Amino acid sequence: MTEKVVYLDNNATTMVDPQVFEEMKPYFCELYGNPSSMHAFGGQVSKAVEKAREQVKDFFGANDAKEIIFTGSGSEGDNMAIRGIIEANKNKKHIITTKVEHPAVLNLFKYYEKQGYDVTYLNVDSVGNIDLNELKNAVNDDTALVSMMYANNETGVILPVEKAAKLVKQINPKTKFHVDAVQAAGKISIDVKNTDIDLMSIAGHKIHAPKGVGALYVKTGTLLPAFIIGGHQERGKRAGTENVPYIVGLGKACEIAQKSLDYEIHEVKRLRDKLENGILERVYNARVNGHSQNRVPNTTNIGFQYIEGELILLHLSDLGICASSGSACTSGSLEPSHVLKSMGVPFESLHGSIRFSLSRFTTEEEIDYVLKVLPDVIFKLNKISPYQRELKELEAKFKRNV
Amino acid sequence: MWDYTEKVMDHYKNPRNVGEIENPSAVGEAGSLVCGDALKLYLKIDENGKITDAKFQTFGCGSAVASSSVLTEMLKGMTIDEAAKITNQDIADALGGLPPQKMHCSVMGHEALEAAIANYKGEDSVAHCDEKIICNCYHVTESVLREAIEQNNLTDLEDVMNYTKAGGACGQCHVAIQKIIDEIKNKKEKVDIKNMSVTQLILKVNNVIEKHIAPELRKDGGDIELVDVKDNKVFVSLKGMCKSCKFSSNTLTNFVEASLKEHISPDIEVVEV
Repeated sequence: MTEKVVYLDNNATTMVDPQVFEEMKPYFCELYGNPSSMHAFGGQVSKAVEKAREQVKDFFGANDAKEIIFTGSGSEGDNMAIRGIIEANKNKKHIITTKVEHPAVLNLFKYYEKQGYDVTYLNVDSVGNIDLNELKNAVNDDTALVSMMYANNETGVILPVEKAAKLVKQINPKTKFHVDAVQAAGKISIDVKNTDIDLMSIAGHKIHAPKGVGALYVKTGTLLPAFIIGGHQERGKRAGTENVPYIVGLGKACEIAQKSLDYEIHEVKRLRDKLENGILERVYNARVNGHSQNRVPNTTNIGFQYIEGELILLHLSDLGICASSGSACTSGSLEPSHVLKSMGVPFESLHGSIRFSLSRFTTEEEIDYVLKVLPDVIFKLNKISPYQRELKELEAKFKRNV
Repeated sequence: MWDYTEKVMDHYKNPRNVGEIENPSAVGEAGSLVCGDALKLYLKIDENGKITDAKFQTFGCGSAVASSSVLTEMLKGMTIDEAAKITNQDIADALGGLPPQKMHCSVMGHEALEAAIANYKGEDSVAHCDEKIICNCYHVTESVLREAIEQNNLTDLEDVMNYTKAGGACGQCHVAIQKIIDEIKNKKEKVDIKNMSVTQLILKVNNVIEKHIAPELRKDGGDIELVDVKDNKVFVSLKGMCKSCKFSSNTLTNFVEASLKEHISPDIEVVEV
């Protein structure tokens, strides 16, 4: 590894913002009281938790801080929402999600499918969009829940969750609508007010808070049983002494994320586009996976045709560049990305798909560095490929178009 | 991140012998674009059957490239007969080992080598295509599975997935793969019988008689008793209705002996006393 690290894997996790870290620090060795205690020492900690709840509430655009439950992760929020709604609607046996969800949702739905639930997995088209008509036709009287991601972790494609929630309620007002907003949070504006969304989960570590904290929005009036039974914390929904420093960190991270949205939408997007266009202009065997417009501003997923993703990542890693891949080889499973497969990405680019995800800490210099060194990595790896004829055809086509 | 050895890293960073050989003496292919792993191996072989040059092209991950690269190094200077003896384990060993989940990369190298040797000898590699495919997702044939299981002493499904990728996608072939694993395991146990002590063999025979043979005979009012076991000979006596049955010799060879042969060893002979 070279000393320099260009971190373009922010959809995997993010650096803790130093401002967030500063905010957390006092809650380890100084303000370590239990928020439930009667004494003032604990009371001031309780105030810090409630301040964070306000910050997170504002971030969601929720009406009431009571609608926010702190969790341990995005996956926990997803589980709390989905399992809770299913438990609260025992007589209903139909649930709906999409084929491109994060495993936290998808594997939970597969679990319920094995338990005998009727599960609808909505399809996506070649750019990762869902068809609202398919959703419309799927919802019925027996539908307990629809769970849909706001933005896809691999491609960044944004799903029309607000429209979908509205549509679902028109057909069955009792069906609950959960949104996994882990990858949308901090990248696009979120506002649950005046929407038909009942539940929404986020994870701290994707928005420059630390790992191990998240939040779930639960709209007032939504019946949700306790996820962890015990004390009164989180209004009895999730017992256990509050993870105070991390909750404080999440609150601060949400506040900063909200203020940084404009920067994300314009500046991070500009850098992402510069990276993406720069690669497409320089590398003849590269194509973008996913919709080019309808995406979060920080993500690009590029398929390098006829070469394999893990090999690309290993070579980039040697140059200090961190990205990730939908290739089978990187995950330990033998299956390539279910997201790209559902989109019908052809095999020659499926296995060589690389996701670059930026953050507000990404610099222009870093993007320039990647654009300088990446093409040579790809060209070097192209030489190893057994598909020389196909690569030559792509190169010729590329030269004709330039 | 995978825990790759220095040798693996060296080979994927600086792969040796990349490319095509013009007018090769033999070409071998393994894997496919769909599977996410594909290897093309080119060999130049002189009139004495010695490999003078070896090159490769690989579509695959770091360990796939490393396996191909190290294989070409191993092959140079070998005779075809020597090359035919290379196993996938030899390839993995040459790299200082591979993570278990990546063993299929060494298997792919071995497959391409086999294909190249078959190509050199003019053997019909089409036969490979006609073969029964067990895993449709990754196009893994029965013979590839058998070879990987036997050569590497694989005993469970997960190992077979790591070595061959078979069963790693839809999972529909898991039952079929398990059947092959069991069959090979049974066969091996049968061979081991020869090395068993007399007591062990008696126990085994008695077990088969009690579990598979006697219950059937008892249904017809007969019975069987194990008298002795000597080398490969099993001495039994038929009881009850079987004793007076005119088909008893039939029962003895077609059922009793056949069952013992199936469950223990084909060498077993049954003698009525």
